[in-house]
Amino acid sequence: MTDTAPANPGTAPRVLHTPFHSRTKVANKMERWEVWQGYNTAACYTDVELEYFAIRSNTGVFDLSPMVKYRIQGADAADYVDRLLTRNIRKLGTDRVAYVAICNDAGNVIDDGTLFRFADNEFRLCTQEHVLDWLLWSAEGFDVTVYDETADVAALAVQGPTSCQTLRRMGLDGLQELKPFGMAHYELEGIPLMVSRTGFTGDLGYELWLAPEHAETVWDRVFANTRQRTVRPIGSHALDLARIEAGFIAAGVDFVPAEQIVRNGRGRSPLELGLEWLVDFSKPVFNGRQALLQQRDKGPRYRLAKLSVEGNKPAEHAFIYCRGREVGTVTSAAWCPSAKSNFALASIKTPYGRERDPLKAEIYYMRELHWTRTMAKCEIVNEPVFNPPRRLQTPAPDA
Amino acid sequence: MTDSSSRYDVIVIGAGHNGLICASYLAKAGRKVLILESLDQAGGCAATREFSAGFSVSACAQWLYQLSPDISSDLHLERHGLAYAARELNTIALAADGRSHLKRNGTQLSGPGLTDDDARNFSNLNSQLLRFVKVLDNAFKQRPPKLVDSDWQDKLSLTKLGLDMKRLGKEDMNELLRVGLINIYDLLNEHLDNELLKGALSLDAVLGTHMGPRSPNTVFTYLYRLLGEHYGYSGPALLSGGMGTLGSALGKAAQSLGVDIRTNSAVTQIDTEGERCCGVTLDSGETLTAPVVASNADPKSTFRKLLGYRKLEAGFARRIELNRAKGNVAKLHLALDDVPAFTGLPDNEHGARLLISPTMKYVERAFNHCKYGEMSTEPVMDISIPSLHDPSLAPDGKHVLSALVSYMPSHLQGGWNDRARAKAEQLALNTLAKYAPDIHDKVLASEFLSPADIEAHFGNYGGHWHHGEISLDQIMMMRPVPGCTQYATPVSGLYLCGAGTHPGGGLLGLPGRNAAQEILRQSK
Repeated sequence: MTDTAPANPGTAPRVLHTPFHSRTKVANKMERWEVWQGYNTAACYTDVELEYFAIRSNTGVFDLSPMVKYRIQGADAADYVDRLLTRNIRKLGTDRVAYVAICNDAGNVIDDGTLFRFADNEFRLCTQEHVLDWLLWSAEGFDVTVYDETADVAALAVQGPTSCQTLRRMGLDGLQELKPFGMAHYELEGIPLMVSRTGFTGDLGYELWLAPEHAETVWDRVFANTRQRTVRPIGSHALDLARIEAGFIAAGVDFVPAEQIVRNGRGRSPLELGLEWLVDFSKPVFNGRQALLQQRDKGPRYRLAKLSVEGNKPAEHAFIYCRGREVGTVTSAAWCPSAKSNFALASIKTPYGRERDPLKAEIYYMRELHWTRTMAKCEIVNEPVFNPPRRLQTPAPDA
Repeated sequence: MTDSSSRYDVIVIGAGHNGLICASYLAKAGRKVLILESLDQAGGCAATREFSAGFSVSACAQWLYQLSPDISSDLHLERHGLAYAARELNTIALAADGRSHLKRNGTQLSGPGLTDDDARNFSNLNSQLLRFVKVLDNAFKQRPPKLVDSDWQDKLSLTKLGLDMKRLGKEDMNELLRVGLINIYDLLNEHLDNELLKGALSLDAVLGTHMGPRSPNTVFTYLYRLLGEHYGYSGPALLSGGMGTLGSALGKAAQSLGVDIRTNSAVTQIDTEGERCCGVTLDSGETLTAPVVASNADPKSTFRKLLGYRKLEAGFARRIELNRAKGNVAKLHLALDDVPAFTGLPDNEHGARLLISPTMKYVERAFNHCKYGEMSTEPVMDISIPSLHDPSLAPDGKHVLSALVSYMPSHLQGGWNDRARAKAEQLALNTLAKYAPDIHDKVLASEFLSPADIEAHFGNYGGHWHHGEISLDQIMMMRPVPGCTQYATPVSGLYLCGAGTHPGGGLLGLPGRNAAQEILRQSK
């Protein structure tokens, strides 16, 4: 073997490291990793419940860098995103963020995500899935440039009741004045830092966006000057529990991204995912409009119901029955510690899933290799079971 | 600018034959129709062009071989000036040796190299293919059936199509299913031996397409071509005064039915109001409104240029963008001092349809170039000397020659410019000179129209004859693209009526008529 011999491909790393890896590696005491869009990310650093309670009681810090990010710019960028997304983007101000849905022509959701507006014709679209093909196809006829900037931007979610205090202590003065879905631009020790009041926990929380080369410095600053237990890195399991409690849907879990669907009829429209508020039919053209109009008139095939389930057994993957007829399935479920609610999201065939329908979840669970089945009553709830006022309050209250 | 507000029920974009036919049928049903045409005369590709003082030729299409006879009689085209200079012309496949040319008179073949077997096999094959064409013709006369969200009429059409297939009998049906998707090269080799005959027949399958004889789909394009024979054209026809006579007869027929035609009025934009189409804007800036706009422009020009993709949903825009429409046929026009002498061809045969397509391999080689954006070094040619039948096309004693020259790709590498045009013309002339050695001495003036020139003049994307390839993924309910069948488009009030729709191109005229019927049905 000489020095110039090609490296054995079998020894090459198969996962990417996020810009925070040197820090998350040290913090990950359990070494429980999982791969998220090709990146090694912590499923759990120490203990899922401790991390969950950090989010709900103090501050949880989540490495969001693998989130897929696209930069959209050019003379027609605003018109482009307005046609791409079901929401009316003309109403979105500069330095504001919008939760958005991307549909195909059939009106099925390709992905949900967040759109950041930096300027009249400059946006960042964050998605769960890689959707560059669709974004480029949609660009036909527009003077717009779309590129994947995932690797160029490090992102850190700082979430929880003390998140604002944590960040202010770090030097982000005046952050308490930032409104929900607002963006603010800071310089921290010479490092340009964009902060958005966004998150996936349903609580007060922020997301920090920065150049990858400054990631370690910013991580260290977030964790400096705080007693370790009040600011805790959190893994994806704790985050997932928080998002279910908040009633947020996840691509690939609560719906199948439209471009990945093989079987006819498995797609879900925004109207079928409780996202009708994201659809603005007053726009003359947007992807999915014609199909969604038809569906609005004919009535959606499914509805996504929030269920409060009897007992304390999470209704994971349960069938839902109404008067003995199978009418749907649970897509996400968890016992939610803060709300003290056995909560589930379920995709239910219309017309079922109405408020007074006597729904039951068929829950299977195992105790010491013994499977048990229970039929748990479900009650439709209209509001998220966890929705603290501080989530939307400005100035952000101190905990 | 002025707004001549909605004096019309329908605005038709483009006075090509399908636009004129569509407008005529709409006017017959009592609609007030305006046609807007960018050129100075009606007819579109059915045009006559004086390319040199005193010398005229058919500018684009040169043979009439498949105008729907129903349309011709419905619109009384002969009363409006449609007159033939010659009908049922022979086709002569020129042999490279200058001796053993093959003559086709209807289904009769003759020539020195022809065996009785070939003559008989050709006759049998032709009869069978014509039985297949009959099935197609029935499907072509009406709007294509939808497979999804189909109504009773669609179901009826599908049932009829199925029954027509069934009625072919087991043997024919099996054969149609077997050959429907394959290539003409294999089919002809199965039945025939004579290379010259196969070369000539294969040309009919591929002329006007982006396919060679070995490309799948070319049996279908051959069947398509045979429609004319099914209609009773037992050979190509020439019109007195060139193909422009068809354009002007259609124009007069439309006007006699009350259609207004405005020439020199290029539409630059299809206007929308909210989600509806509301009219058009002209290059003068003038806007015209109407509740229905029917575009006879090809689908790409209609949606990309006139409407704009941003007014469509992305999936649909992408399908239009991916629609295949690469034109490969150039036109060579020659003003001649005298009739050129084709080696070994009797004087009285020079007025026939003359083909330079000696073998299927020759055609395939010619096609190879255009796959890579190059022009064929030895093009295939379909030649007409119309002045032998119609002296009005040239000064006394002089003649004109018009030839379809393929393959000259619209998407030529480096683009079409004067140099490329001169080179292509030289290639065509040199090829011609192999069969008519004195051609160089007879030429008084010449003109070469590349597919790009044809596009620039007539506005058909890629200079494509059929406004989009006649391929199995772009026919019937998939023509031009799924989501836009049955002549309606995603923009309400906007329809397509051109060759880009079912059943397709050439001078068939059925898309225009079918579109009119759909517009009447949908916009009651």
